[in-house]
Amino acid sequence: MNTPKLDQKTGITRRGALAGGVAAATLPLWARYSHAQTASPIKIGFQVHRTGIGAAYGRWYDRTTQAAVKLINEGGGINGRMVEIVAEDDGTDPKRGAEVVEKFANQHGCDIGFGTLFSHVVIGSAPRAGELKLPYFVVSEGHHVASGMLNRYTLQPGITDVKSQVQAMAPYVAANLGKKVTMVFPDFAFGHDHRDFFTQAIEAQGGEVLAHIAIPPSETSFTKYFPKIPRDTEVLYHVMVGPAVLTFVKELGEFFGGQGPALFGFIDSLEAVAIDSPGLEFLENSYFWEGMCRDQQPDQSDHETAYRAAVGVNEHGASVSDPRDVSTYAHMFGCWETLHVIKAGMEAAGYTGPQDRAALIEAVEAMTTLPESLAHPQGDKIFNGKTHQVFGHQNISQVQGGKLVRVHRTSIEDTLYPDEVDYTAQPL
Amino acid sequence: MRIYALHVGLLALLLALHFVLPAYHHGNLARVMVLASYAMGYNLMFGYTGLLSLGHALFFAAGMYGMGLGVQHLGLSAAPALILGLGAGALVSGVLAALALRTAGVAFMIVTLMFAQAGYLTVLYFGALTRGDEGFVIQQADRMLWGIDLSLEGNRYLAALTLFGTCLMLCLWLVRAPFGRVLVAIRENEERVRMLGYDVFAHKFAVMVMSGTMAAAAGAAYGLLFGYVGASFASVQYSIFPLLWVLLGGAGTVLGPFIGTLFMFYLIDLSSGVTTAYMLIAGVALVLLTLFAPQGLMGEVRRRVWRGLP
Repeated sequence: MNTPKLDQKTGITRRGALAGGVAAATLPLWARYSHAQTASPIKIGFQVHRTGIGAAYGRWYDRTTQAAVKLINEGGGINGRMVEIVAEDDGTDPKRGAEVVEKFANQHGCDIGFGTLFSHVVIGSAPRAGELKLPYFVVSEGHHVASGMLNRYTLQPGITDVKSQVQAMAPYVAANLGKKVTMVFPDFAFGHDHRDFFTQAIEAQGGEVLAHIAIPPSETSFTKYFPKIPRDTEVLYHVMVGPAVLTFVKELGEFFGGQGPALFGFIDSLEAVAIDSPGLEFLENSYFWEGMCRDQQPDQSDHETAYRAAVGVNEHGASVSDPRDVSTYAHMFGCWETLHVIKAGMEAAGYTGPQDRAALIEAVEAMTTLPESLAHPQGDKIFNGKTHQVFGHQNISQVQGGKLVRVHRTSIEDTLYPDEVDYTAQPL
Repeated sequence: MRIYALHVGLLALLLALHFVLPAYHHGNLARVMVLASYAMGYNLMFGYTGLLSLGHALFFAAGMYGMGLGVQHLGLSAAPALILGLGAGALVSGVLAALALRTAGVAFMIVTLMFAQAGYLTVLYFGALTRGDEGFVIQQADRMLWGIDLSLEGNRYLAALTLFGTCLMLCLWLVRAPFGRVLVAIRENEERVRMLGYDVFAHKFAVMVMSGTMAAAAGAAYGLLFGYVGASFASVQYSIFPLLWVLLGGAGTVLGPFIGTLFMFYLIDLSSGVTTAYMLIAGVALVLLTLFAPQGLMGEVRRRVWRGLP
């Protein structure tokens, strides 16, 4: 029989010493584990468009999110706990989006879901988030949240919605560019939102839309639509999206030859595209809505300077490591600001785990003003707890010498509209 | 008898899984069962009759939008909305059958594909009603079927199982009935069936309407169970999916569509956690299966283990 051999001096067996040594060597591991019981990370499920039509946006949403989380963690995390991002690709598809939300809640054990951009993915996923009672913070700029279509667990506290953006453009357009507008838009929901909201808003300014020109989504050449633009048009409002936008702008320029109406568009068309790309010369002097100004403005705040540096974007809105990699600067701040709202909400609610999800929703609903700061580098905002939608300043920029120069910044009041829903009346 | 034991056994297993599966897989299986019902409908046409349609998303979407628009604009409750969805699927598949069955082979594929694409564009065109590509939510209050809240996990699973079970037993009965035998005969030698005095067109017409209605039932159920109706379900990829599921699982087998749907679902779910090129992995898996199991998973079972498997 094998008996343990005692060390003559200490009375410790060799096996005991070995076990003790192993235990001591692994101390950092199990000490961390026991610590993790009380300070495990806060898991944020990040629904990211890595593939599919939203991939260019997804890439920059990802970078902004990582930068914001790095900053939050360097500052001590949330309630003393580190933040961990659990990213899942939704393929920019609503069916997969809903599955990803289920994965966050039921498999990864995420505290919340976050980060969805494309409206159809939000609308497809939100019902599942509501059923699973998973707080779902979207960064979509769709009007779906404030319209009342979704549920109490879905919020949009980091980016303004298309209705408020479009509405806020009308006073400037009517006063400076002209009152007779023709709209060219893609014939699907995004385009229809612009058509409906802007038509209403420009009429309120004493203007009118002379013609609505809807372009079928499968269209690749646009020249045949341009003769439909009435001759007395003063402003051409365009919101084409997708790969065809370069063709659209080029053909538009060739058609008018620099003699046409003033051009006003949404930068959504040209996010992640360099404004000085070949073929876009015709955009010189035209106007764009921008959520946040891609090119650094002379009066840029210190907060925005810090934000640019953190996200890794240069003074022209392109990646510091690759100037050809243009960011989705007008939208991606939404991820940064949403994560800071989540942090503030969790801290206000004393969030400790999934049992406090309802308290988190109530804490965010209780927010009203969000002052400009490093947490909100785009500017100060007003959050409407009833409609779960944030409101903020909008920018109008003009292309001057291949750069986007801000010519107007709206007030927040310009962007407000009457509530269409009160989510706080729904049970949690 | 063994055949019924196998199929009823699967349903019993799925019922048992309802009580033991973790939440995530429980939800996944509910999805898979609804999508497998869609694939079974597809299999009736493709696997048993040899009609390769590339336009089944039209039928799936007809069911989904028939149900969804009924709820949204006509204020229907879940039961009549489901019936409207089924009716829409039957009607659309009947009309398309009357037109497309005049063609055969590649022309049939193209005609079905074109009609499905027209259906997709119609959904976008009538954006005021359908909310186009964005789609719309079926609110929880509208998802009550005879007092049962279909938005709850357990009820959703059991509803999906009921749909799946109904479609499965219907398919099993159908393919073993004389009607189903004629379908297989049409697949094998259409001229000979005609010479034997069968009305080939009537059989094809009937199976296309059944297939379309089953796809519509799955579409309507999907919208109702998961609360969303959107144009992406009418897009061409949803015509390709059932073809892939059926090919993977085994065309012309009753269980094949379920196995294929389950396999593909988890293949994408697991591989998307590893790489963004998960469709590449799915593609490689398909190529391997085509090389080494050309008759699909259940087709291989039939070839190697159980010759009489329906």
